[in-house]
Amino acid sequence: MKLRALHKGESGIITAVQIRGSLGHRLREMGFVPGTLVTVEGRAPLRDPVRLRMKGQVITLRKGEADHIEVQRGENDA
Amino acid sequence: MTEKKKLSIALAGNPNSGKTTLFNRLTGARQHVGNYPGVTVEKKEGVFTYEDWEIKVTDLPGTYSLSAYSVEELVARDFIINERPDVVVDIVDASNLERNLYLSCQFLELGVPMVIALNMVDVAESRGIEIDADRLASLLGVEVVPIVARTGTGLDKLFQAIVRTAAASKTVHPVLLRYGSDLDEAIREMIPLIEKGNLLTDLYPARWIALKFLEHDEQILAKAQEQNPELSRQLLAICEQVTQHLQQTMEVYPESVIADHRYGYIKSILHQGVVREKFVGDRLYTSDRIDKVVTHRVLGPLIMAGILYGLYTFTFNFSTTLVDILADLFTLASHWVDMVLADGPLKSLIISGVIDGMGGVLGFVPIIMFMFFGIAVLEDSGYLARVAFMMDRIFHFFGLHGSSVMPFIVSGGIAGGCAVPGVMATRTLRSPKERMATLLTVPFMNCGAKLPVLTLLIGAFFSAHQARYMFLATLAAWIVALVAAKFLRMTVLRGESTPFVMELPPYRFPTIRGLVIHTWERTWQYVKKAGTVILGISILLWAMMTYPGLDAEQQKKFTDQRVRIEQQLHTLPDEAPAVAELQRALVAVHQQESEARLRNSLAGRIGTALESISGLAGFDWRTNIALVGGFAAKEVIISTLGTAYSLGEVDGDENTSLQERLQADPHWNPVVALSVLAFIMFYAPCFVTIVCIAREAGSWKWAFFSMGFNTLFAFLLSVAIYQIGMLLGLGG
Repeated sequence: MKLRALHKGESGIITAVQIRGSLGHRLREMGFVPGTLVTVEGRAPLRDPVRLRMKGQVITLRKGEADHIEVQRGENDA
Repeated sequence: MTEKKKLSIALAGNPNSGKTTLFNRLTGARQHVGNYPGVTVEKKEGVFTYEDWEIKVTDLPGTYSLSAYSVEELVARDFIINERPDVVVDIVDASNLERNLYLSCQFLELGVPMVIALNMVDVAESRGIEIDADRLASLLGVEVVPIVARTGTGLDKLFQAIVRTAAASKTVHPVLLRYGSDLDEAIREMIPLIEKGNLLTDLYPARWIALKFLEHDEQILAKAQEQNPELSRQLLAICEQVTQHLQQTMEVYPESVIADHRYGYIKSILHQGVVREKFVGDRLYTSDRIDKVVTHRVLGPLIMAGILYGLYTFTFNFSTTLVDILADLFTLASHWVDMVLADGPLKSLIISGVIDGMGGVLGFVPIIMFMFFGIAVLEDSGYLARVAFMMDRIFHFFGLHGSSVMPFIVSGGIAGGCAVPGVMATRTLRSPKERMATLLTVPFMNCGAKLPVLTLLIGAFFSAHQARYMFLATLAAWIVALVAAKFLRMTVLRGESTPFVMELPPYRFPTIRGLVIHTWERTWQYVKKAGTVILGISILLWAMMTYPGLDAEQQKKFTDQRVRIEQQLHTLPDEAPAVAELQRALVAVHQQESEARLRNSLAGRIGTALESISGLAGFDWRTNIALVGGFAAKEVIISTLGTAYSLGEVDGDENTSLQERLQADPHWNPVVALSVLAFIMFYAPCFVTIVCIAREAGSWKWAFFSMGFNTLFAFLLSVAIYQIGMLLGLGG
């Protein structure tokens, strides 16, 4: 499933980041690599961008950008 | 005194890792800010001494890696390669170790002498994270020194480590990371080819070049192709082969495999007893708790509006006192020159050219100081990133970035700002295209200098709906600026939008030292870099409005008139009823002379010559001259109009005579007023803004573009308003 499909408070494990170029690079350097646990923390007041917790940091990205990230829904307690 | 031994170090690290804090702590006020050649990325340098060493520090731009995807990364990488600092000090945020080590990894692969400064260990500890620095050091093979840059803890040990590392060896062996069998094999195949062909090996390790080929690094590819096209093709063929193989077997690209393995390497190191979490669980950090409120759906925007309004009031209200004091000083200087010098061109040059010009330059200083102090507080505390987060949805729609909001507000998004600090505030944007689009559209906002002009015209022709028109003017400015930004992003600045993948750094208390240095830097840069140009242009504009002046015959006509009246005055006793009338006549002659002078000046001639074109928008020569004058500063429009209408000195505050004069003038009517209003709001920014745009955009090309684009747009809009308005018979 796509990262966008995760609801607020839900977590997932990244399985793939299917994008090249500068966005792909940007995602990877920030730590979006397979095996990483991400938790959706919330959305901006206008629903986009999204706020995520990952590797002990808070990252924002637009929904369109989140579409390139495949996740597997994970446990909520992480 | 013995000669100090010299050492050069470069500070590298992620944004928000405390790099700037460390730099400020090391160098204090002894720092120099410039630009890297050819780009608008700031280059900060400074010097400090430690024992018998004189250490030169360069603060590299904050980056997350060393790719060719952003100017910042290229600049950082090129500096390290070309300047070969003795030691690279990599600042690593201990509370965000995993991601910060991603950059460190790339330094290790590049094989540069480095020391890791493990910063903010106090924050990490408060979160229950304990890091074994020695263990990390032995696993990475470089020295790791825990520090707290904010307080200066651990700096002595850091210096010792730097000196030790510099002395140790000039040849550091690059660390070999494994990238899985497929890529490792390709790399093994490429290295001998690179070494045999000496492809860029004078600059980079062979393995690193191979890796960059696999990552499809544009800079390295271009360099390699230039040096040896045949070998480059060969290497690219190997890359192509392995890429296809990876795609077929695992549906991945080499660059993602490389990133995975780098993070894998980091993880394996951290798991070897480097990090110990004393307490775990889903404990909410203070930052998260603040964010729950501050970025809340309803509360978030309200708090943001409050904070932005507060910043705005702080800047423009508090700075007025200083602005007024400065203005008073310059008035005093003018009076003094007025008394000391005899009337003539020199006096006029000094008063209207030099003193007014200096006043023009320095008048902005308090605003810039206050503005940047305020922005520094918001930026250093971490709040600015939240503002960008909340506003991105709107600004992204117009091809901008969430961070564009600040420059827009500062420039007059709340009517009465100033485009000069607004343009300078675009520096907080790190996305080049979005930044340029912001830079070029913020001058559309209604700055404080346009307000008196708008007030004058609205007061004269739409006095019944004054408040409504002022509000509409603000709204129109926003709409025009955003639509123009969209237009620019679809034409001259077209291109993919920069990703919004960005960190929301934990909230921090800004340090006073950081705030003061930041504010001082910006102000000084403005005075030094922009100031001289502004003074020059100011004198030029003065000359345009003054020369060539009246010819002998015209001059004689006015002199004769004056002499005649003065003679009459002499013959009359002081109490005679005719005296007052004659004195008025004398003033009138003087005002007519000023008008004639202005009309005959270069600016006046331009204004008159343009009448045939400007007539399409309903502007006569008087308005034209005023608009030419408005290029110096928008408030000058009023005083120039006053002169052009022979009203003598007209002040922004007491412009009722001008208002009445315009109302009575058959040439003016509500449609003309609206057309002029629109033009004033949107035409070329004042030249101070233009100079700042040139500075921030890195080229005069964009400054001229801004003048041309805005003026053309404003003119077309005014023509449309005037023609349609007159067609509908609204001109009364």
